[in-house]
Amino acid sequence: MAKLKLASYWAAACGGCDVAILDVHEKILDIAAAADIVFWPIATDFKYSDVEAMPDADIDVTLFHGAIRNSENEHLARLLRAKSKILVAFGSCAHIGGIPGLANLFSREDILKRVYLETPSTVNPEKITPDPRTAVPEGEITIPVFHDAVRPLNQVVEVDYYVPGCPPTPAQIWNVVQAIVSGQLPEKGSVVGASEKTQCDECTRKKQEKKISGFKRIATVQPDPDTCFLEQGFLCMGPVTRGGCDTRCQLSGVGCRGCYGPPPGVLDQGAKALSAITSVIESKEEADVQRIVDQIPDVLRSFNRFAIPASLITRKVL
Amino acid sequence: MKTIRVKIDGIETEAEDRTPVLSIAQKLGIKIPTLCHHPLLEPYGVCRICTVEVRSGRRVRMVTACNYPATDGIDVLTNSPRVRRDRKLILEWIMARCGHVKVIEDLAAEYGITEPRFGRGDDDCILCGLCVRVCSDIVGANVLGFVDRGSKREVSTAYGETSEKCIACGACAYVCPTGAIQIENDAALVRQALPLGPFTPIHIPFMQAVPHQPVIDRESCIYFKTGGCKVCEKVCEVHAIDHSQQDTYEEVEVGAVVLSTGFRQFDAAKVPEYGYGVYSNVMTGLEFERMNSASGPTGGQIVTSEGITPKSVGIIHCVGSRDERNHKYCSRVCCMYALKFAHLIKEKTGADVYNFYIDMRCFGKGYEEFYHRLLEEEVRFIRGRAASVTDFPFNETEVGKLIVRVEDTLIGQVRRIPVDMVILANGLEPTEDARDIARTFNISCGDSFFTERHPKLAPVSTATDGIFIAGACQGPKDIPDTVAQAGAAASAVQSLVSRGEIEVESATSIVDAEKCAGCRICNTLCSLSAITFDEEQKISVINDVLCKGCGTCAAACPSAAIIARHFTDEQLFSEIEGVLYDVRA
Amino acid sequence: MTFEPKIVGILCNWCSYTGADLAGTSRIKYAPNVRVVRVMCSGRVDPTFVLKAFADGADGVLVAGCHPGDCHYIEGNYKTIRRIALLKKMLADYGIEPQRFRLEWVSAGEGDRWAQVVNSITEDVRKLGPAKIREFSASTLRAAGARSHKTA
Repeated sequence: MAKLKLASYWAAACGGCDVAILDVHEKILDIAAAADIVFWPIATDFKYSDVEAMPDADIDVTLFHGAIRNSENEHLARLLRAKSKILVAFGSCAHIGGIPGLANLFSREDILKRVYLETPSTVNPEKITPDPRTAVPEGEITIPVFHDAVRPLNQVVEVDYYVPGCPPTPAQIWNVVQAIVSGQLPEKGSVVGASEKTQCDECTRKKQEKKISGFKRIATVQPDPDTCFLEQGFLCMGPVTRGGCDTRCQLSGVGCRGCYGPPPGVLDQGAKALSAITSVIESKEEADVQRIVDQIPDVLRSFNRFAIPASLITRKVL
Repeated sequence: MKTIRVKIDGIETEAEDRTPVLSIAQKLGIKIPTLCHHPLLEPYGVCRICTVEVRSGRRVRMVTACNYPATDGIDVLTNSPRVRRDRKLILEWIMARCGHVKVIEDLAAEYGITEPRFGRGDDDCILCGLCVRVCSDIVGANVLGFVDRGSKREVSTAYGETSEKCIACGACAYVCPTGAIQIENDAALVRQALPLGPFTPIHIPFMQAVPHQPVIDRESCIYFKTGGCKVCEKVCEVHAIDHSQQDTYEEVEVGAVVLSTGFRQFDAAKVPEYGYGVYSNVMTGLEFERMNSASGPTGGQIVTSEGITPKSVGIIHCVGSRDERNHKYCSRVCCMYALKFAHLIKEKTGADVYNFYIDMRCFGKGYEEFYHRLLEEEVRFIRGRAASVTDFPFNETEVGKLIVRVEDTLIGQVRRIPVDMVILANGLEPTEDARDIARTFNISCGDSFFTERHPKLAPVSTATDGIFIAGACQGPKDIPDTVAQAGAAASAVQSLVSRGEIEVESATSIVDAEKCAGCRICNTLCSLSAITFDEEQKISVINDVLCKGCGTCAAACPSAAIIARHFTDEQLFSEIEGVLYDVRA
Repeated sequence: MTFEPKIVGILCNWCSYTGADLAGTSRIKYAPNVRVVRVMCSGRVDPTFVLKAFADGADGVLVAGCHPGDCHYIEGNYKTIRRIALLKKMLADYGIEPQRFRLEWVSAGEGDRWAQVVNSITEDVRKLGPAKIREFSASTLRAAGARSHKTA
């Protein structure tokens, strides 16, 4: 059997997805046996021009991670879409925007100002902020254009499969690879490497009737390892997050943060999380309810940490 | 129980062996005088006035009828010359102790005593012992007893001191034949005057009570204080009295409820300018109604608080109703009852009657005609909302009167009308607990009367299936309308009950077991307790019959596993897109 | 031309929808800017609906239910209170002006009040001008997938 042509690219990413791929440990040898890696910036030295030279749909599978932040990301997204038979949005950033998506709460100007002018460790007396085109004696230097907003992959190109997670667990990565190699993939547009139910289905903590009388920060009180986080007053996005990660965060003693994205049928992970969790607040008095919800200092980032760009409203209105 | 034959005053009769002769005679209707006898107490035989002549064989004896046991074949004479002679002597002896007691003097006159031979004593107690016996045998308080002997013998409390055990039941005073015992008004022992007048512990609350049956007031009933008395139980021929009855709480499962919890009177004190509670001759409609009632405190006579018949009466309409400060609505019944009062007052007293009105609302059958009749009876109608009632006189004719100040809008003048009595036609408002009742039965009442399902088409139904409302609790109305609504509600219930099947809500919610992750967030959200958790399958389940389809659980479900039939997420998203059609174009 | 706000109203069947009906049968004149979507109980209102309405181009959103304590399903509106308390904070995080969203209690007999509420929110939103939220909605972005975003 001919080896599969496999590519992996990182757009606005942290590199964690690449590390996760390597975290399959010795199974990487099985992957190497089944596939030829034709493009993987972190690990190999192929250039963009190599990709441009490929015939269309030449690459069998591209694992695209990272969100679309600038014109370079977008260009590669479109390029790899053209050159790939199967384009997989790999990891939270490509799937739903991920942590870079939190930048959507600021304007482009605010971001550039903060990074290049305001941060304490920056020394920038000429107050230079990035410019796509800069004239220099030798000619003109261009750098990618910084977009107004972060977008997940599917708002730029058509995506075939989604592998959620920040990063996807090595076990699930191996499952996906096996599915690809054996040709056992579900219909296009599906989420793979994850459960169809939410985290609560896998979570081993004991669940009783939910009643929340107040919220606590995870750092302030020692949580009981056997009881549901929400019942103890700690935020946990588990109920509104797709399962499949073996509840690694819950087992480590913190509530789920939602990186696997919303379950099927939920349009807006943040809104649904809000609805579910506030519904069980134990109070009927408006003033008391207000006091309890005011215990959460940052609503949008707590309830929709990973999926803002993929939600109904993708960014803060400017 | 041996039956014997006796003859009394020539009449032959049968009786049970050893029955006291007095009882046999009383059954035959023969009168024998008594002083120390009471049907509920054991006979004492101490006053001797019931002496009769008994012949048995050849023996003749003079005995006291109250305790002489009849035997077979006796022949009793209750009014023979010898009996009369003996009774006369007995009375003279009694008068030697109690010479000025009326009941003794009346008896003495019957026996032809004009001047007792042994003089007239000044005592009033004939030592009959009724008070002692009633206090120990019936009441059970044991406060009174005989002390000392001979001529010094008297009835007294222990050591002659005020007894703490006396419960002031008044039984001793009640049975005393001479009036020697009086009840003193010790402030600590006087009961509060009750609104409907004094009554005995067992009483029918008032003439119009429904059911028209006696009730026992535990607070004052002697049995509950001492364990004694129970006289009422002894005299009740049908054995209907049971002192051991307790309040019971019963749970009844029903499929429909008709609420007819009525109304509350508007508190006329909330319109302070009319002087209710300040002037004793200003009263509410219901208070006047009570005074006018033949079974009321004045026997139906219309009198002021000073007890005199008024020469002029003012009736103020719309007290608390059609009022920005109190109730904006019209209470519907007051104009007609105010007119009724006007007619009654005219008829009973001939007084000048003034009705102060805004509009005359005579909407029913014969109502307008009744109003016209009053015009002919020369009731004065002044169109104007009365401004105030005062007792401050401007001149001599107003002294001692209540003056109603009003703008007479038909002649455009402010007037002062002096009257002896003012009746405030106060309106109707919801009962104090209307809101609690509404919450208990899950119906709405706003801040007013219970809300009907539809003001025209469904006046006795509510938004909640199976709960019906009738009468004043739905809104102010008079008796014909209340009766009509009551019939409507009853027939609505009948049609529910007789159908044999019930329509269940179709827009209920259901859990998709494939999607439910068992987070249990929905479990506490259902106010109808329709959601349970299946411990085996580790999913939540909705009871389709209990579910009424509010959709609260569906909105909360973080797995989008609950489908709110007919109001699904997809349907609502489509509606939202639909109403924004002109934006998305 | 004055700006006519497009306001989506999500009303509970038993109280607020009936109250709005009463405003109609009482022939009360009031602003036509609220487009009503009926649910059985205000407890059915998922905050997602509110965000969807804004994302689909509403200038304002109004959620109306029974007064607390009077819910036809007993306690549905208490859940609404809890959700909306946090939703308001989320809307602020999204930069949506607070006057664009309201939670109001309107009973079945309060036709007058319904008219007042509609007039009031319409004027508040009119003063703010058209909402720009739709430009940033996921549906807009997906539809515009081929186009690039604004650049420097």
